[in-house]
Amino acid sequence: MNLTLKIWRQKDANAKGQMVEYKVTEISEHMSFLEMMDVLNEQLVNSGDEPVAFDHDCREGICGMCSMYINGEAHGPDRGVTTCQLHMRMFKDGDTITIEPFRAAAFPVIKDLVVDRTSFERIQQAGGYISVNTSGNTQDANAIPISKHAADEAMDAATCIGCGACVATCKNSSAMLFVGAKVSQYALLPQGQVEAADRVQNMVAQMDLEGFGNCTNTGACEIECPKGISLENIARMNRELMKANLK
Amino acid sequence: MGGFFKSSIGRKVAMALSAFFLMFFLLQHFAINILSVFSPDTFNEVSHFMGTNALIQYGLQPVLIFGVVFHFVMGFILELKNKSARKISYAKNHGAANSTWTSRNMIWSGLAILAFIVLHFIDFWFPEINTKFIEGDWSGLHDGEFRYFHELQEKFLSPVRVGAYVVAFVLLMLHLLHGFTSAFQSMGATAGRKKTLQNIGKAYAIIIPLGFIVIAIYHHFNHIH
Repeated sequence: MNLTLKIWRQKDANAKGQMVEYKVTEISEHMSFLEMMDVLNEQLVNSGDEPVAFDHDCREGICGMCSMYINGEAHGPDRGVTTCQLHMRMFKDGDTITIEPFRAAAFPVIKDLVVDRTSFERIQQAGGYISVNTSGNTQDANAIPISKHAADEAMDAATCIGCGACVATCKNSSAMLFVGAKVSQYALLPQGQVEAADRVQNMVAQMDLEGFGNCTNTGACEIECPKGISLENIARMNRELMKANLK
Repeated sequence: MGGFFKSSIGRKVAMALSAFFLMFFLLQHFAINILSVFSPDTFNEVSHFMGTNALIQYGLQPVLIFGVVFHFVMGFILELKNKSARKISYAKNHGAANSTWTSRNMIWSGLAILAFIVLHFIDFWFPEINTKFIEGDWSGLHDGEFRYFHELQEKFLSPVRVGAYVVAFVLLMLHLLHGFTSAFQSMGATAGRKKTLQNIGKAYAIIIPLGFIVIAIYHHFNHIH
């Protein structure tokens, strides 16, 4: 298929960016979106132009690196997938595709489609862990009974890959689905109880400090999340914070 | 707890608490107004009680005014903060792909409701305050009869005003269609009860504004005939 691409080009973090139009031809519908971007970049390199910078790593939907806001949606029009899993069969011959970086003040653009998502790492560092002795006499995690329901819910929350699609798609650039998932995966397990109050307070404080917006419960994040993280995690985080402040 | 209400989640909770209060008030307001359709005498008596009871006038009325002002002011503050969380807008954004129009436009439906409240205050609240607190007339009477039902009917003579009220109530319906469940979600309502909450929310959001529309239209035509 032949496509017209409108891509955000920005030389560096301080430069003023703009949308630039490109044409790509003979794109196979079996290609992934990133492979299509590879074709474009090869074309640009061959013609002596600067290739489009974009994030990617595992290309199998688990690392959370590939971002891109494609035709007005985080990771494009498909559901439950990252950009590397988005296939060109989702588009038609002759389509014009708009490709932008994830937009949020807390995700500043570094170059073209690459954004700085280290704000997520700082939120994790603020409390997204449990303190255990790992010096060789660690207790077997299975020695503590955990209900199947709690284990399943904790696992569902833990599948968050921290890609930032929730922030990108939220009209308020809120990070609450991400933080809710990270708070929940520990709040549901006995190992997470000791630091539960400090965790939620510190992670929410860091989230606010990073300049993310506030959740207005539109539910867009849940729909666009490639891992199907549920809004229930935001509700749980709210409960955890209220509980922590009542202590 | 002071720190809690300064956090993003604390502000969500504050919005939800004020929303619960306003939704309860709306229900109470509707329960009284619907009496005007079924029994003008009962409507007059209840209106007189509400308008002259010291606890309601000096206790609950200021709380209500505070609740309304707080909900709007906090709504504006959060909207401004949320706008500043994305400095550059998307060239193409497909909002309808993942969320409802009502959830994305709470600020606009809210602003329309604010405009309606100004009209509603000019229509009913300011004259009421003037009669009681400026003129000092707490009798509730006009020509020897209770004035409340008569005043209500008089206001709905104008088709323009009835139209404005109908439009405002439709926007209130849209605001509540998202706002009801959103308030519960902010308070941490669990997924297990989500479906029930959504159904109750839809019923509340449709029945109450629709009821107010029926009352306005009923009095418009009832008076003409």
